[in-house]
Amino acid sequence: MELLLAPLELVFMQRALAIGVVVAVVCAVLSCFMTLKGWALMGDAVSHAVLPGVVIAYALGLPFALGAFVFGVGSVGVIGVIKQHTRVKEDTVIGLVFTGFFALGLVLISKIRSSVDLTHILFGNLLGITDADLVQTVVISLVCLVLLLVLRRDLLLFCFDPSHARSIGLNTGALHYLLLTLVSLTAVAGLQTVGIILVVAMLVTPGATAYLLTDRFDRMTILAVLSAVSATVLGIYASYWLDASTAGCIVVVQTLQFLLVMVLAPRHGLLARRRL
Amino acid sequence: MASAERQPDRGATAAGQAPGIAVDNLTVGYNGRPAVVDVSLELSSGSICALVGMNGSGKSTLFKALMGFLQPSRGRIRIAGCDLRQARRRQLVAYVPQSEQVDWDFPIRVWDVVMMGRYGSMGPLRWPSADDRRQVQRALERVDLWDLRERQIGSLSGGQRKRAFLARALAQGGQVLLLDEPFSGVDIGTERLIIDLLIERRDQGATVLLATHDLESVPSFCDRVVLINRTVLAYGDTSEVFTQANLLRTFTLAAPPAPNS
Repeated sequence: MELLLAPLELVFMQRALAIGVVVAVVCAVLSCFMTLKGWALMGDAVSHAVLPGVVIAYALGLPFALGAFVFGVGSVGVIGVIKQHTRVKEDTVIGLVFTGFFALGLVLISKIRSSVDLTHILFGNLLGITDADLVQTVVISLVCLVLLLVLRRDLLLFCFDPSHARSIGLNTGALHYLLLTLVSLTAVAGLQTVGIILVVAMLVTPGATAYLLTDRFDRMTILAVLSAVSATVLGIYASYWLDASTAGCIVVVQTLQFLLVMVLAPRHGLLARRRL
Repeated sequence: MASAERQPDRGATAAGQAPGIAVDNLTVGYNGRPAVVDVSLELSSGSICALVGMNGSGKSTLFKALMGFLQPSRGRIRIAGCDLRQARRRQLVAYVPQSEQVDWDFPIRVWDVVMMGRYGSMGPLRWPSADDRRQVQRALERVDLWDLRERQIGSLSGGQRKRAFLARALAQGGQVLLLDEPFSGVDIGTERLIIDLLIERRDQGATVLLATHDLESVPSFCDRVVLINRTVLAYGDTSEVFTQANLLRTFTLAAPPAPNS
C-alpha cells in the first residue's frame, strides 16, 4: 500500500497520472475506430507528420493543435495526390510521405532552437509537463472526446459500410476528414504522454486488445478505455519504481495486455480457438 | 428535415407519379474513362427489373451512378422525380450490398445493422425513437431474424447475412431498392423469402432493380429485364427480352472465350 500511495504525494506524479488518464481515454476511444477502419498505418503516418506543424506552431507562439491539424491533414492530402498521379502503391507513398514530414520536423527543431526540447516531443515528458501544455492537452482531449461521442454512430457506420452511409445522405467525405483531424489532434495530446514516436501505440493497441474481447462496439469502447487507462497508470508507476522511460513503460504494459488477451481471450483468443 | 417524409411509398404521393428510376443518356466511368455508355432506362414504380450482364459489363458502375457515387460525364438520373441529392436526403434509395463488400468480423449485432437503415431519418445524434425501433422489429420479423437480433453479424449463415441487409433496406423504407447479387451464396429457403419479399415491395409500389447471375429465377418474378454490356443491349418485358438469342449476345459480345459464370 505504501508503495502505491507514496508516489501520489508528489505533485508531478499526480499531474502525470491525471493527464495520462485523460489522454488514454481519448486515444482509446479513437483507437476503436482506427482498428476497425484498418487505419493503423494511417495513424502512424499522421502522428509522425504532425511534427513540423508542432515545431512551427511553437516557434510562432500559436497553439500546437493548429500546426498539428494543418500538417496532419495536409500529409494525408499529399499522400492522396501522389497516389493518384503516380504508379507508386499506397503503403509506399504513406511510408515515404510521413518520414519526409518527420525529417522536416527534425530539421526545423534543430534550426529553431527555442524552448522546444526534441526528446520531449519524441518520447514524451509526462513527469515534467508544464501548466500551459497541461491546459492545451486537456482542452484538445475534451474536444476530441466530445466529437467522438456525439458522432460515434455516424463514424461507426462510416467504418462499417461507407456505401450505405453515403446512400442515406451522410457526408462521408466530411467524416473521413473528421477522423483524420481527430487523429492529428489526439497525436498532439498523446505527444505529451508518450511522445510522437509511440503515440501510434495509444491509437492502435487498446482498440486491438478490446476487439479480441467482445463482439459489441459499445463494450469494445469501454474495454479499450479500461485497458488504456490501466496501462497508463501501471506504466507511470512502473517508470517511477524502475526509474525507466515513462513512455516506454506505458506502451510495454499495453503490449503485454494485448499479448495476454491474444492468448486468453474467451472466444477470440488463441487458446479458445484451439479448443474449438 | 427528412423525417417529415418518412413514408414515401404507396405511389399515391406526387413524386410517386414519376417513374421510380429514370436514366437518360447516361455515360459514366472512372477518371474520365467511361465504363457505361449512353444508357437510357425507365423503370416505373411497382415493378421488378433484373440487370443482367457479365462481370465488368458495368452493372456495379450503374448502381454506383444510381446512388450518386459517380459523377456522370453525360446524361441524367432521376429517382421518383427527384435528383440524386434529394433522393438521398429523402431516403428513397435502399441498397443491399454484395456479401464480399462487408467486414463480417465487425463488432456489431444484427439489430444494429438493421437500425443503420433508420439513421437517415433520425436526428443528428442518431437516437432511435420508438417508431425507429418498431420499424426495425418489423423488418427483422419479416426476414425471420428476430430471434437472432442479438447475434454478431458474422456469426450468421450466408442466407441469414443476406436477409439482415435486406431487413436494413426494409427498415429504411426506400421507394427504390437496389440489390447486388442477392442470391449468391444463399440457401433455397432464403432465395424464396427474398423473392416473396421483393414481390411484396413491388405490390406496395416500390421499384426494384437487382443485378443477378441467377438466370433461372429471373422469369419467375422479374417484370422487366435489362441486358447490359457497357451499354444497354436490350431492355423491356421479360417475356420479350429474356430470350436465348439475347442472352447469348449478352454473354459473348466482345468477350474473352470463357466468361465467368
